[in-house]
Amino acid sequence: MMKRPSFAIYGILGAFVLGSAFPFYWSFLVASRDNSVLTGDFTLIPGGNFWTNAVRVFDTVPFWKALGNSFLVSGTVTFSVVLLSTLAGFAFAKLKFRGRGVLFLFVVATLAVPTQLGIIPLYMAMAEFGWAGELEAVIVPNLVTAFGVFWMRQYLLDAIPDELVEAARMDGCSLWRAFWHVALPAARPAAAMLGVFTFMQSWNDFLWPLVVLNADNPTLQVALEKLQSGYYVDYSLVLAGTTLATVPVLIVFLVLGRQIVAGVMQGAVKG
Amino acid sequence: MTATLSKVDRGREQASLPRPPRRYRMSNLDAKVSPYLFVAPFFVLFIAIGLFPLLYTAYVSLFDWEIGDDDPLFIGFENYSTLFQDDQFWNALFNTFSIFLLSSAPQIVVAIVIAALLNANLRARTGWRMGVLLPYVASLVALTIIFGNLFGPQYGLVNDVLGLIGISPIDWQASTFGSHVAIASMVNWRWTGYNALIILAAMQAIPKDVYEAALVDGASALRRFFSITLPLLKPTLIFVVVTSTIGGLQIFTEPKLFEPSGGSGGGAEHQYQTVVLYLYQSAFQGFDLGYASAIAWVLFMVVIAVAGLNFFLTRRAVK
Repeated sequence: MMKRPSFAIYGILGAFVLGSAFPFYWSFLVASRDNSVLTGDFTLIPGGNFWTNAVRVFDTVPFWKALGNSFLVSGTVTFSVVLLSTLAGFAFAKLKFRGRGVLFLFVVATLAVPTQLGIIPLYMAMAEFGWAGELEAVIVPNLVTAFGVFWMRQYLLDAIPDELVEAARMDGCSLWRAFWHVALPAARPAAAMLGVFTFMQSWNDFLWPLVVLNADNPTLQVALEKLQSGYYVDYSLVLAGTTLATVPVLIVFLVLGRQIVAGVMQGAVKG
Repeated sequence: MTATLSKVDRGREQASLPRPPRRYRMSNLDAKVSPYLFVAPFFVLFIAIGLFPLLYTAYVSLFDWEIGDDDPLFIGFENYSTLFQDDQFWNALFNTFSIFLLSSAPQIVVAIVIAALLNANLRARTGWRMGVLLPYVASLVALTIIFGNLFGPQYGLVNDVLGLIGISPIDWQASTFGSHVAIASMVNWRWTGYNALIILAAMQAIPKDVYEAALVDGASALRRFFSITLPLLKPTLIFVVVTSTIGGLQIFTEPKLFEPSGGSGGGAEHQYQTVVLYLYQSAFQGFDLGYASAIAWVLFMVVIAVAGLNFFLTRRAVK
């Protein structure tokens, strides 16, 4: 039996975790105060003005619309990335076809390509399609990722025995049905993780939504930027906005934190 | 088509067998065509929305192309020659590297230490791991705004705390080095725990008997860490360094939102304007798409070159 570590280790880790959590608390702290208390004598006890400030957020930016837009965009993107990655990942992991090696090499090679740098032609295309300001503009350019295909392929390689696909084919199962009834159920754990990560990434996306969306139809991140970009920054207002925007993320983290930790650690071993 | 395919196949493999049933021929076609149909949506979409725009950026960079321009003028490499004499571009490149170095180096050292601590036989293991990962899930925009407040020049908490130990307030926004430290601390705060978990996963993959052998030989804990753990972490450290390079050189959100009034200059003297922020400013506030494309393409080359160099150096350093 390994011995339990000393208190010093718990102390250092505890300090690190407190430091990790502190900015969230600080955001709530400033948001709960009155704007007149901006002097240097800080206190760690919240004031009673949070709801007043939150209501001012709702009056300043279309917060609920932004929240709904963020859910719609991230949900659609996640659905598409998970489905198309599992489909392609299954083919790369378990099916034999001419050109498989070369095509997969292409996927691996593009993993690191900074596609974000292509925003100028994307912007021209969106203007051409009349999508500027519309949610299509932030959904369509994110429908697939090379990482997703790579991740699903690595997982399915071991998760499905080759004999299972063969057996399904012998029974006269089409490949589509084999995908639907064999691969998809087997892929569930990895697909769930890919889903969580894709959702978070899409939720946090900022540069591109800032380019194509406007203040009337924003995602949550763009709405926060609009709150902050006034000539004079009213911090109790702005940080009420960031606190409100953080709440859904914290709920997700409390519910799925265990899986997110496992996902990060597995990604490291497989990647 | 179906007939030809199955005939060829039969000719090769099943010459002596009777004609197979129709269902089998269908499934033969299925086996040939379906894999391509499965990978096609990814490739079609990825090329259309990922690769093509990136390559088309190189094309746009050869034009004097304003937003809404119907008939852009071809000017060859003029955007590039202007860019290479543009002080603001070199400044942005310097800022990007400065922020990147201030964030990546300390981050990896601290991440290794945290990973080593997490690797101890802790009570409530998962709880600690979730604790260090907390910043990773937070919204980057929200965090940057919060950090902007913490590093506020007048009433910011960081200056208050420094005041307690007798350091006079620093104007984090106004100075080059100060703003870089503030922005790097946002990056560090967000990514250290995440990288610690990746390194932890690699540490746990090291077989126990290697340590036991060293223990028998009387190697100290420190010695075991430097002679066993660190070298075996090499592939993971390369992965961490390369991914943080690719992300770090494209840093945008932090410098964009560190400027409170919504500007894109990266401060009055561009003291914390990064390359992607300059790209954004040129394209969407200066409306000069051709020039911004040249910036994007040069940065693309820089990212590839630095990631490659990093890969090479990390491989040699941790041997």
